[in-house]
Amino acid sequence: MSPSGGTPTDLRPYRPRISTWWWTRKRSYIVFVLRELSSVFIAWFVVFLVLLVYAIGQSEAAYRNFLDWASAPWVIALNVLSLVFVLLHTVTWFALTPQAMEVRIDDWKVPGFHILAGQYTGLVVVSLFVLWLVTL
Amino acid sequence: MTSSTADTIRLRVSRYRPETDSAPHFDEYDVPLRKEWTVLDGLNHVKNEIDTTLSFRWSCRMGICGSCGMTVDGEPKLTCGTFLSDYAPGPVTVEPLANFPVARDLVVDITDFLQKLPRVSPWIIRPDEHRDVEPEVEYLQTPGQLDVYRQYSMCINCMLCYSACPVYGLDPEFIGPAAIALAERYDLDSRDHGTSRRIDVLGAHDGVWACTFVGECTKVCPKHVDPASAIQRYKLKTALHTVKAFLLPRGAR
Amino acid sequence: MSDGVVRAAHDVLIVGGGAAGLRAAIAIAETEPRLDVALISKVYPMRSHTVSAEGGAAGVIAADDSLDQHCYDTVSGSDWLGDQDAIEAFVREAPEELLQLEHWGCPWSRRPDGRVAVRAFGGMKNMRTWFAADKTGFHMLHALFQTSLKYPEVRRYDEEFVTTLLVDDGRVHGVVAIGLMSGRIQAITAKSVILCTGGCGKAFPFTTNANINTGDGMALAYRAGAPLKDMEFVQYHPTGLPFTGILITEAARAEGGWLLNKDGYRYLQDYDLGTPTPTPKLRSMELGPRDRLSQAFVHEMEKGRTGQTPYGEVTYLDLRHLGEKLIDTKLPFVRELCLKYERIDPVRELIPVRPVVHYMMGGVSTDLDGATPMLGLYAAGETACVSINGANRLGSNSLPECLVFGARAGRAAAEHATAASGPPPAVEAQAVDEIRRLEHDLLGGGTGTESIAGIREEMQTTMEGAAGIFRTGPEMEKGAETLTELQERVGKVGIADTSRSFNTELLAALELANMLDLSECILAAGRQREESRGAHQRTDFPARDDERFLTHLLVHRNPDGTSRIERHPVSITRWPPGERVYGR
Repeated sequence: MSPSGGTPTDLRPYRPRISTWWWTRKRSYIVFVLRELSSVFIAWFVVFLVLLVYAIGQSEAAYRNFLDWASAPWVIALNVLSLVFVLLHTVTWFALTPQAMEVRIDDWKVPGFHILAGQYTGLVVVSLFVLWLVTL
Repeated sequence: MTSSTADTIRLRVSRYRPETDSAPHFDEYDVPLRKEWTVLDGLNHVKNEIDTTLSFRWSCRMGICGSCGMTVDGEPKLTCGTFLSDYAPGPVTVEPLANFPVARDLVVDITDFLQKLPRVSPWIIRPDEHRDVEPEVEYLQTPGQLDVYRQYSMCINCMLCYSACPVYGLDPEFIGPAAIALAERYDLDSRDHGTSRRIDVLGAHDGVWACTFVGECTKVCPKHVDPASAIQRYKLKTALHTVKAFLLPRGAR
Repeated sequence: MSDGVVRAAHDVLIVGGGAAGLRAAIAIAETEPRLDVALISKVYPMRSHTVSAEGGAAGVIAADDSLDQHCYDTVSGSDWLGDQDAIEAFVREAPEELLQLEHWGCPWSRRPDGRVAVRAFGGMKNMRTWFAADKTGFHMLHALFQTSLKYPEVRRYDEEFVTTLLVDDGRVHGVVAIGLMSGRIQAITAKSVILCTGGCGKAFPFTTNANINTGDGMALAYRAGAPLKDMEFVQYHPTGLPFTGILITEAARAEGGWLLNKDGYRYLQDYDLGTPTPTPKLRSMELGPRDRLSQAFVHEMEKGRTGQTPYGEVTYLDLRHLGEKLIDTKLPFVRELCLKYERIDPVRELIPVRPVVHYMMGGVSTDLDGATPMLGLYAAGETACVSINGANRLGSNSLPECLVFGARAGRAAAEHATAASGPPPAVEAQAVDEIRRLEHDLLGGGTGTESIAGIREEMQTTMEGAAGIFRTGPEMEKGAETLTELQERVGKVGIADTSRSFNTELLAALELANMLDLSECILAAGRQREESRGAHQRTDFPARDDERFLTHLLVHRNPDGTSRIERHPVSITRWPPGERVYGR
């Protein structure tokens, strides 16, 4: 069935304009924007990691230069800020995963809590492994 | 300064008459503050006793018809299920639903949704559609199979999700949470075979991929439909579909 | 054409987009795709009041059930006023229609083996009520609406209010309607018109009905000259919430709920409805017919055994023994409604309930195919009175009624339109008159001395007193006099809202006029029927009188606005009038 036509021109509806600052109106909108912004910092971490690996691959001297550079105050500040955003990124996306995927075993739907726990367990296991690798 | 006496509460209500106004303004009314009264009861008191020219939609007053959605203190709500006492001492600001053109007072134009809904083919599609004779018994469907899509079938088309979605506000082409949830409802229904018909519409740029998973739609949904989950699951479905179409030869799809 | 007096011409125009209207539209689109069909409704179809129905829809499918038993339950439930030929057709077609809805995606609740489940319901000897949790109407309406979207050739006029039928020489030729968004008032012509606008509960102060149930279609038919049938039979549903009147479905009792008075006593046993059993017994106690249960409430009230609330007397629905798991599976919406609107959890507490107006057994008089005596005019659903419900409707019969007779009326209207000629030029003049009446007399009338809300409240109070569960001749007389006075006063109402855009004040005035006309019909028929039968109980004529009143009463409108009553025979095929027995 097709609906009849929309509003006629002689009774003009009011179309409110969305402000550029729409995202500041609600806490959940602000968190959303920060979450989206966090992907920039994820990108920075990837670049940093690539540079680190490249430096190690070059020579001992290159590695030491890299470490010197990495201990500059602005790099440290940037990395601390990035860490905060990466944590935000992790926590928010972990929380959203159960909503984005439904896991069913026969007729039983795996509760969201299990999926959440699974992710954090995985995070802890991988982190411990990396820590062990690094402190070898 | 108190905005009401102990047993009244002030409503700040958005008013708009297209013939004379260029933009909405607020009128204020004091209504009785009774513990059983909803915002809708307050608006009806205004219309019956104070200002008969106030226009708003309502019908069932029990949260099942989806007519009475409005913005209450900045949040999209069904006014028939929103109690005045939760806002005491007030004032309570009542505006039309955001992201829709305002036709009059608290009435918005939702024809955009009605035009989008048929695009997702929200009906049972059978593989043998041209068959004239319907089977004489029901299609079997276990309680478990019903449970798979049950949640997405609960949508009352109240439009609170469209009102809360910043993407829809910024990009009105977006097909929207309720339409996608209904598409998923039919895709998941064991009796339906229409996913391949729907997936191109849903996988388009104004379909699921316009969504950035803000998640507000789910937060405001009064029937716990969780449209955000339907959208993200549909994203996975369209992604897999695209990969398969790319990798497999035509015949194998 | 679309800007002039006549906006469009169709073959069939359906007024009302609920279960009956949508079913009619789909029936025509499927069987007569060449016909030009349109559907007009004052609300979007998914807002229609079908959406609030909770309990279920009856159709014989169980192996130990039979069409004859469903017929007998319906005939006896109707206190023998139902037309048995119509009931036989209804009972036969109901399962087919419900199955059709299943094929269209309706999520009927299922047995573990995947087949459709059925539950018990009031007044039924066997379990035959199909259900979709406790939101049956919601799921049926959305399945119908979404299925109707498969037919984009069916034109829809959303949020347009029909103010009058266009009639010439005893034939219907279309309508005049106001577009709520645009404010435009125009005629839409059609060779057949089907009225599917539901009931008129808003003529009463406490009702399960929505704001939109103002009897528009019945009033349109009545004013056009088609008779209304069985108007005196108004169903009071025994379990509505106090204050809001929100429906607590009969399914709560079918699943085992008990009705208790203030002393915790299952009082229905005192009223010839059987003896209490721990689990529900069909056609007994809480599963008796609605009219008897509502009458029992009134007796309890007279004996001082009902509970007191700030919103009147109540009895109590006890679901505690059903357990949380059953309530969450079978009655989740009931729990939600009680928590929200009474702040009560039925798992742990008693639900206060009282009888509230719920359904009109009466309506536009039609035959088995939805045809009224007026050529080109059809009706289906609660708007119509075929009659399958007679003096009292059984729960879960009205949803399949919408489907069976919506489809029948659709097919009959289509057949008529195929052979009919277009509208004569005279209707355009009628439309011009109606447009003038609305624009000058109503919209241009300025402020008046009466308020719409004031007159509406007085009408509702009058109807509660005169057309309550128990009535008397003098009370109905007095009520009729008050209504006459209100009819005169409503002419002095002014409409302060001069905007053409979504003018709900004008809408309320037109709806009030409809309800006043129908209220007069209810009392006119009520005064004539000097007996007690089904939902029409008179303390001055307490017995059923088959000799004088085994007949339908038709209310016709006279040209001067008064009404006259005529009799209309009841069709009796295989069930001669007998005693209505429950609990024994």
